[in-house]
Amino acid sequence: MDRLPKWADVALVPLISLLLAALVAALVLLAIGQSPVNAFNVMVDGALGSAYGWGYTLYYATSFMFTGLAVTVAFHAGLFNIGGEGQAQLGGLGVALVCLALPWPHWTLALLAATIGAAGFGAAWAAIPAYLQAKRGSHIVITTIMFNYIASAFIVYMLVDVLRPAGQMDPASARFPEGAKLPSLNEMPVLKEFFLRLNADGTPKLSKAGEAMYTGVPANVTLFIALLACVAVWALLWHTRLGFQIRAFGKSEKASRYAGINPVRITMISMLISGGLAGMMAINNVMGESERLLQNSAEGAGFIGIAVALMGRNHPIGVFLAALLFGFLYQGGAALGMNTTIPLEMRIVLQGLVILFTGALDQMVRMLLGRAFALTGMRAA
Amino acid sequence: MDYATLLQILDSTIRLGTPLLIACLAGLFSERAGIFDIGLEGKMLMAAMASGAVAALSGSVWIGLLAGIGASMLFALLHGLASITFRGNQLISGVALNFLSSGITVLIAQRLFGQGGRTPPLEGAARFNPIDLPFAEALKDVPVIGPLYYEVISGHSILVYLALALVPLSWWVLSRTRFGLRLRAVGENPAAVDTAGVSVVRMRYAAVLITGVLCGIAGAYMATALQAGFGREMTAGRGYIALAALIFAKWRPWQALGATMLFGFFQALALRPDVVERTVGMKVPISALDALPYILTVLVLAGFVGKAIPPRAGGEPYVKER
Repeated sequence: MDRLPKWADVALVPLISLLLAALVAALVLLAIGQSPVNAFNVMVDGALGSAYGWGYTLYYATSFMFTGLAVTVAFHAGLFNIGGEGQAQLGGLGVALVCLALPWPHWTLALLAATIGAAGFGAAWAAIPAYLQAKRGSHIVITTIMFNYIASAFIVYMLVDVLRPAGQMDPASARFPEGAKLPSLNEMPVLKEFFLRLNADGTPKLSKAGEAMYTGVPANVTLFIALLACVAVWALLWHTRLGFQIRAFGKSEKASRYAGINPVRITMISMLISGGLAGMMAINNVMGESERLLQNSAEGAGFIGIAVALMGRNHPIGVFLAALLFGFLYQGGAALGMNTTIPLEMRIVLQGLVILFTGALDQMVRMLLGRAFALTGMRAA
Repeated sequence: MDYATLLQILDSTIRLGTPLLIACLAGLFSERAGIFDIGLEGKMLMAAMASGAVAALSGSVWIGLLAGIGASMLFALLHGLASITFRGNQLISGVALNFLSSGITVLIAQRLFGQGGRTPPLEGAARFNPIDLPFAEALKDVPVIGPLYYEVISGHSILVYLALALVPLSWWVLSRTRFGLRLRAVGENPAAVDTAGVSVVRMRYAAVLITGVLCGIAGAYMATALQAGFGREMTAGRGYIALAALIFAKWRPWQALGATMLFGFFQALALRPDVVERTVGMKVPISALDALPYILTVLVLAGFVGKAIPPRAGGEPYVKER
């Protein structure tokens, strides 16, 4: 098979995979008697057409950045961490325990402590599969799948029997104290101007007290932590000794062992970082949005992280862009469920198709492209 | 726990263990041929929807079963295409197909029936109804064995007995036929099989399609026998429990029967917290019972309870030498 030029591999393959996914999604919509053009317009309008839509798109993208980075770090060590979902749920438990522990005086302190709690619990949940892989050779994919289910059972137990306040029916923790409330983008200086509510004639809408009003959105300060995490992962993987060891281990375990890299240590460290990142997702959804721990808080973001890492070619910049794309799909899909007769589940179909074409059928796209390049005479340099 | 309660629980054990057993055997064929399949769940869900919908439309459960098998085989073929022909990542293909089925089943059911993604309740010939084994009524009053035969062994749908028959059949196919030996060889050392002049690709497709058929039966059982109709996400992680059982059984048919019935027993217990509480003498959280199959599987994986050695070529695409 012809090798593709690098630019084609990095940009063209994901793009074509994405187009194929969109094409099949359009066929699905036609098959259920809906208009794909109309659906696309509703999605774009719902996810990007308003400050409200952007607020949600960015909120989802924040979660997906964390879980995407989590998969990325493990992937570079040659490990497939499919347990982001469970690690994110445990991260949520960490956040809840921290937030409920003290009447926090200011959100910055609460955020710092909650971040440690989230990362710590997420990492701890990844530590057991990592240890079993490193020491006992249990396949990490299977153990992390099992740990996803153990996590959800454990969270149900914690919510029903431990954290649920007396007299409450639904399985959820108590509300977090006021001091643990993270500022949303519409509450932050400068940024909030993007969320200014306008009258039909373009003048700012004013409240009864004569103050400007802003659209409330769930996207919050965690977005900036996610961006920092992207930079940190990039720096770690490509500009530190540890990052080099992780990548070397992932490329060839035998060679790295010969070079004196300790396989147990690298497996443990990369899975701890991976689990920590997946856990940190919880400061976005649990602390930033729901402000209490709910059942199934991660809502599949752990699995979407796999798709995000795949689309993003396991590079933080790619993960950032792919997270935005999946944020768009998620919020656009919600708009479909709200404003059309297309069921909300269409967005799961979209995600499935994107994962299928970018992750499992990418070789097909490469083969096709290889043929096309061979025909047009453009060869890899 | 008194004898009558025990019989009730064993009865639900068989009812709940059956879909696990069929799905587990489905995974067995695929994984023994070297194709990891974490998409058992998705295939079952597709089959549950298709069989529920077609049984409701046609009024015949048998046509529904065929439709379920067809839908499941379609997904199996997609998995084969991704993991055999295009040498993609088998795990990711499974994840993708699970996502896809979770959404598309609701889309189709909603389009067909407009009942919020459910299919209409099935009754009569559109459902697999319990069948009484011979002499069940007559032997009912024989002490100890009579009630056991009447309550536990008799009175299930035909698919339950089919599932039980599949266990020796799978064993025989995999260890006593030329096809089965080749299938297992493809999962251990595909290059050797190729050298012997047997097509690795064809063997693996055959295995993946058998997985499709069996997942189809498992899904159809969910919608037309265990329950009366399809509801969204109705498989509720059973594909993953089957996967856990497969590892717990160390990829062997008879052990698969034991593992799935054990996990079915846990599910049956989770439905009767009062019995558990009376027997153990303290309150046991239901979620502990839910988590038990997974915890046991992790223990097996960790090598604390025997050692689970997967097929050696599992998960690796085969590239023919040139």
